[in-house]
Amino acid sequence: MSADRREWPLYEVFVRGKRGLNHVHVGSLHAADDAMAVRHARDVYTRRNEGVSIWVVRADAITASSPDEKDPMFAPSGDKVYRHPTFYDIPDNVPHM
Amino acid sequence: MTTTPVEPEALEAAFEATIARHDRIEPRDWMPDAYRRTLVRQMAQHAHSEIIGMQPEGAWIGRAPSLRRKAILLAKVQDEAGHGLYLYSACETLGVSRAELTELLLTGRQKYSSIFNYPTLSYADVGTIGWLVDGAAICNQVPLCRTSYGPYGRAMIRICKEESFHQRQGYELLMTMMRGTDAQREMVQESVNRFWWPSLMMFGPPDADSPNSARSMAWGVKRNSNDELRQKFVDMTVPQAEALGVTLPDPELRWNEERGHHDFGEPDWEELAAVIRGDGPCNAQRMAHRRAAHEDGAWVREAASAFAERAGAR
Ligand SMILES: [Fe+2]
Ligand SMILES: [Fe+2]
Repeated sequence: MSADRREWPLYEVFVRGKRGLNHVHVGSLHAADDAMAVRHARDVYTRRNEGVSIWVVRADAITASSPDEKDPMFAPSGDKVYRHPTFYDIPDNVPHM
Repeated sequence: MTTTPVEPEALEAAFEATIARHDRIEPRDWMPDAYRRTLVRQMAQHAHSEIIGMQPEGAWIGRAPSLRRKAILLAKVQDEAGHGLYLYSACETLGVSRAELTELLLTGRQKYSSIFNYPTLSYADVGTIGWLVDGAAICNQVPLCRTSYGPYGRAMIRICKEESFHQRQGYELLMTMMRGTDAQREMVQESVNRFWWPSLMMFGPPDADSPNSARSMAWGVKRNSNDELRQKFVDMTVPQAEALGVTLPDPELRWNEERGHHDFGEPDWEELAAVIRGDGPCNAQRMAHRRAAHEDGAWVREAASAFAERAGAR
C-alpha cells in the first residue's frame, strides 16, 4: 500500500464538444503523466461522442483569482454600464443597429 | 496579494445568502465545516456505491447470452466506473484525496448503498437491476442535479444522462424474457420478487428515523425527503410492472384515490439496518473483491509511476 500513498497528479479536463465551440471544463482525473491523462479523459468524459478534442492540464499549473477578492477584483467592470450596447438610446426608425 | 481579514459572521452570512438564493457553492468559497463534512460523506458514499455497484452485474458479463447483451452490459458497467470517477473528483474539490477515499472504503469506515449487498442469482437480475435499481437511483439522483454544491450537481447531470440508458436496457431485457418461455417468465418474476423490497430501501430509512435529513435539506444538499422519493418511485413503477406483466410482491400495494398515490407496505427496516451494519448476504464478498482488485492493480499503478518518472527525467 505504501507506494500508493504517492498519488498520481490531478489533471483538469477540457472538452471541445464540436467544431466551432470552445473547450469547456468537464471535470478532473488522476494520471501518471500527460499522455495517460488524455487517454483516461477520453474514457471517462467522452464515451458518447461528447467531444472532438480534449485538453488536459495539471491542476497545480492553474492560477485562479481568489474568491476572497471577488468584489475588488470584478468591481471595476460593475459600474461601467456604458460598455454595453443597451446603454445607448437609438430611435426605433434607425435601421440595422 | 494581501487580503483583508473577513469576520466569520460575514462569511457565514454570505454562505447562507447564497443558499437562500438557490445559488451554488463552489469549491473555493467559504463554507461551514459541517456542510463540508456532510458533503464529503454523502459524495464519497455515492462514489463508493457506483464502484461497488459494478460487481453484481459484472458477474454476468462472461455469461451474457449473446454478443449484443454482452456489449450492452459491458458499456453499462463501464458507465458505473465512470460515475464513480466523476463523484470521486467532485469530492476531491473539498480537500480530501483519492487515496484517503479509497482507504476509507477499503477499511470499511465509509459505506456504500445497501442494495449492492444482495446477490445476482439469475441472468434476469441484470434486467431487474437496470429497471428497479437504476430506476430508484434515477429518482434519487434527478433532484441532486440541483444540489447546492456546484461540482456535485454537475457530476449528477452527467450521471443522470447516462442512467436513462441503464434503466431502458434493463426493462427491454425483461420484456424480451417475458415474450419467451414460461420458465423465462418465472425467472423474471422470481427476480422482481427478490429485488422489490431492497429497491425501496435504497431511499434510506423513513423520514422520522433520518436525523441528518432536515439539515441536508436546509442546506440544499438534499432536495426531497426519503419518503417523498420512495413514494414517487412506487407511483412510477406500478404501471411499468403492469406493462411488463409482473406483479410486485406487496399485498398492501393499491391505488389510493384520496391521496392520489399508491399505498404500499412497510419495508423490513431491521433488514436494512442489518445490511448497513455489514450483515447482508454479500457484504463480505463485495469488500473482499474490492480489496483484491485494489491489491492486484498495485503493480500497474507502480509501473505507470515509474514510467512517468523516467520519461520526466529524460
Ligand atoms: Fe451509476
Ligand atoms: Fe446506473
